[in-house]
Amino acid sequence: MSEGAARLIRGGRVVDPSQGIDGTFDVLIEDGKVVRIEERIEAPDGAEITDAEGLVVTPGLIDIHIHLREPGFEYKETVGTGVVSAAAGGFTAVACMANTAPVNDSRSVTEHILLEADRHPYARVYPIGAVSKGMAGEELAEIGEMASAGAVAFSDDGLPVMSSSLMRRAFQYAQHYDVPVIQHAEDLDLTGPGVMHEGEWSTRLGLPGIPGAAEDVMVARDLLLAEDTGGRYHVAHMSTGRALELVRLFRARGVNATCEVSPHHLLLTDQAVSDYGFATCTKMKPPLRAKADVEALIAGVVDGTVDCIASDHAPHHHDEKDVQFSAAPFGIVGLETTVSLLLDRLVHAGIIDLSRLIELLSTGPARVLGLEGGTLTPGSTADITLLALDREVTVDPGSFRSKGTSTPFSGWNLRGVAVGTMLAGVPVRLP
Amino acid sequence: MNETLRWTRKDLLGIAPLDAPEIELILDTAESFLEVAERPIKKVPTLRGKGVINLFFEPSTRTRSSFELAEKRLSADSMNVSASTSALVKGESLLDTATNLQAMSPDLIIIRHQHPGVPHMLAKRLEAGVINAGDGAHEHPTQALLDALTIRRNKGRIKGLRVAIIGDIEHSRVVRSNIQLLNKLGAEVTIAGPRSMMPAAAHALGATVSYDLDEALEGRDVVMMLRTQLERHKRSLVPSVREYFKLFGLTHARLARAADDVIVMHPGPMNRGTEIASDVADGPASVILEQVANGVAVRMAVLYLLSTAATGAAPTAAGQSDKEPHAGDGAHRGES
Repeated sequence: MSEGAARLIRGGRVVDPSQGIDGTFDVLIEDGKVVRIEERIEAPDGAEITDAEGLVVTPGLIDIHIHLREPGFEYKETVGTGVVSAAAGGFTAVACMANTAPVNDSRSVTEHILLEADRHPYARVYPIGAVSKGMAGEELAEIGEMASAGAVAFSDDGLPVMSSSLMRRAFQYAQHYDVPVIQHAEDLDLTGPGVMHEGEWSTRLGLPGIPGAAEDVMVARDLLLAEDTGGRYHVAHMSTGRALELVRLFRARGVNATCEVSPHHLLLTDQAVSDYGFATCTKMKPPLRAKADVEALIAGVVDGTVDCIASDHAPHHHDEKDVQFSAAPFGIVGLETTVSLLLDRLVHAGIIDLSRLIELLSTGPARVLGLEGGTLTPGSTADITLLALDREVTVDPGSFRSKGTSTPFSGWNLRGVAVGTMLAGVPVRLP
Repeated sequence: MNETLRWTRKDLLGIAPLDAPEIELILDTAESFLEVAERPIKKVPTLRGKGVINLFFEPSTRTRSSFELAEKRLSADSMNVSASTSALVKGESLLDTATNLQAMSPDLIIIRHQHPGVPHMLAKRLEAGVINAGDGAHEHPTQALLDALTIRRNKGRIKGLRVAIIGDIEHSRVVRSNIQLLNKLGAEVTIAGPRSMMPAAAHALGATVSYDLDEALEGRDVVMMLRTQLERHKRSLVPSVREYFKLFGLTHARLARAADDVIVMHPGPMNRGTEIASDVADGPASVILEQVANGVAVRMAVLYLLSTAATGAAPTAAGQSDKEPHAGDGAHRGES
C-alpha cells in the first residue's frame, strides 16, 4: 500500500478488547491508521481489499520478552531472524532483552539494535536497556540516554538485580523517564547449582533444584521497594503461585506492579523433565514448576491478575542445547509456538475467551510497557494480526524461522494459528 | 535360575525401568557367577571377543575396579577412558566423545558421570549397550543390585524385610536406586537423615521418612549407611562432623535398637567416625566386604545379560563355562 492509499479488511471477526469489540466488521485503514470499524464499509476508490472472511482480526500481537541475541550472539539469533520469527508467529512487535555482548547498557547499543530493526521491517522492535552497567549488578546504567534513544523499559534479565540498594535506586531513577523496571526474579543464593524446579521430580531425578522461594523472596523484596519508592515494577516470566499472590496483595495496596507469564509455565510441569527423559528442551529459567503453581498461574490468567503473556523466546545454538541436561544453557524458543499453543490450550479448551487472550497478547503488553498499539481505535496505527481459529497445525521446529529450535512442544497438534500480520496497514511478507 | 525370562534390554540405565522378574533374573544370574571367584583360575570365556569401554567422568575406585574385574573374569576386551585423560579436557563435547568411542564398535559402554541423565542421553544415541555406573544423585543400579544380592544371601529373602537407609539422602544415587529396588521386591524402607540433607519432596522417593536415627533403627533387619561427604559440600548442610556423628552416626549402642540379627551395609568408601563407628564397621553385623565381593558377581551378571540382548545370541553363563558359548535363538533382540 502506498502512502495515502486505503485498505479495507472485509468480513473478519474483529476482536479488540481495548474497545470491547467482538463481532463481524469491516476495518478501514488510511495512511497507515485505523479510520473506522463498521458492519459494512464501502471500499473507497483505489482501496486494496483484504478478504478476512473466516479469520479473526485483532490489534497486532506484542511479545514483550524475547532475546534477539544481537549484538554478540548472532550464531543464536539476529535481529533479522528474530523479527521474521516474530512475524511468522503472528507478532507485530517485540521487546528484546539487554543480555547481548556488549550488553545493551548504552545509547550506542540501543541505537544499533534499532538500526538493525529498521533494516528488517517485519515487526517493530522495542529495546529493553540494562538496569546496571554491563549487567554487573553494581552501578546504574545510563537509563536516561537509552530511554531517549528508544529503550522502553529496563532489566538485567537473564540475571536478577540481586542488590537491594541498586534495585531501590533503579525504581527511584527510572521514574524520571516513566519506564518500568523489569525483574528476572530469582535469588541466586537460593538457586545455587539448581537446574530444575525443586520438588517431587528433582527429588526423584536427583537433579539440583531451584526452589520456588528463589522467585518468591525476590518478588516480595521488589514489591516492598516499589511500594517505598513509587517505582513501576514488572515481574518477568512469573512461575510460582506465591509470587502471583504477592503481586495481587501489593497491587491491592496500590503498588504499581504488573506481571507476565510464559506459555510453557502454563502448559507443562516439572514432570516434563522426567517424561522427556532429561531432554534439554525442558530446561529454562525459571524452571517448569509444580502442578499447583501451574494451576495458580492459570487462575491468574483467568481472573486478570496476569497482565500479559510473553514467550521468553531464548534461542540457543543446537550444539549448545544438544548436551547433557546439567550442561545445557537455560532457554527455549517461543515466538512461533505461542499463539497456537494458547489458542488451542486456553481458548479452545474453554479456559479463557478469545477476547481475554487478545488482551493478554496485545492490549495488556502495550499497557505494561506504555507502547502504542494494542488497540484498533480510530486514529491508532494499523498494526494487525490475522488468526485462523480452526486451522490445525503440528509444531515442527524444522520449519521455524528462528535460528533456535529447542522447544518442548515439538510434534504437538494444535488448533488455531496466526496467518498474517500488518504493520501500519501493510501486509508483512516474509522473506 | 529363571528359565522362562530372557533379558531384552539394550541398556541398564536404572532400577526405575526394571520389573521384579528382571531384577530377580539379574540376582539369580549373579548367584551363578559367584562361584567363579572361588576357582583357581577365575576366568570364563563368556564375553570373549566382546569390547567393553569403561567411560568414567568422575573419580571412582571401587565401582570401576569392580566393573574391570568383572569384564576380565568374563574374558571381555576392556578399555578405560577417564575424564582426566579424555578429549573432554581439550574441549570436546560429551556427545562427540561418546560417538567417537562408538565408532570403535564396542559392545557395551559403562558410564559414570557426575550429572543425572547422562547415560540416558548417550543410550539414545549409541548402538552399544549402556550401563549406568552412577549418574549424579540419580541412579546407581548395579550398587542396588549388589546390595540386594547381599541382603538375599544373608536373609534368604527380601520380601517383608524392614530396611533403614541413613545419611545424606539428597545427594545419594545409592538411596534412589535402592528404594526402588527394595520396593519392587516387597521390602519396607525407611530413610533418615538431617533435615538439611533431605530432598525437597522426600516422600516422593517411596520410603517412610524419619529425622531421628533411633526411630529409624527400631526393629530394622537391614541398616544401610550412606557415605557423607561433608567436605565436598560447598554449602554447609550440617555444622560439623562432630554434630553429624552425634545426630546420625551409627554406634554399637544405637544399633541395639535394630533387630537382633540386623546386618549393616555401606556402599563405601566409609568415613569412620563420621557416619559409622569402627566398632560397627568391623563388627559382627557388618557385611560391608561381602558387598564388595557380590559387586563383581552382579556386574558380571549385568554384562552377560546385556551382551546377550545386544547380540541376540544367548551364550551360556558360568555353569557351562568350560564349553564354547553356543548361539542362542536370535529372536530375543533388545528392544528397549
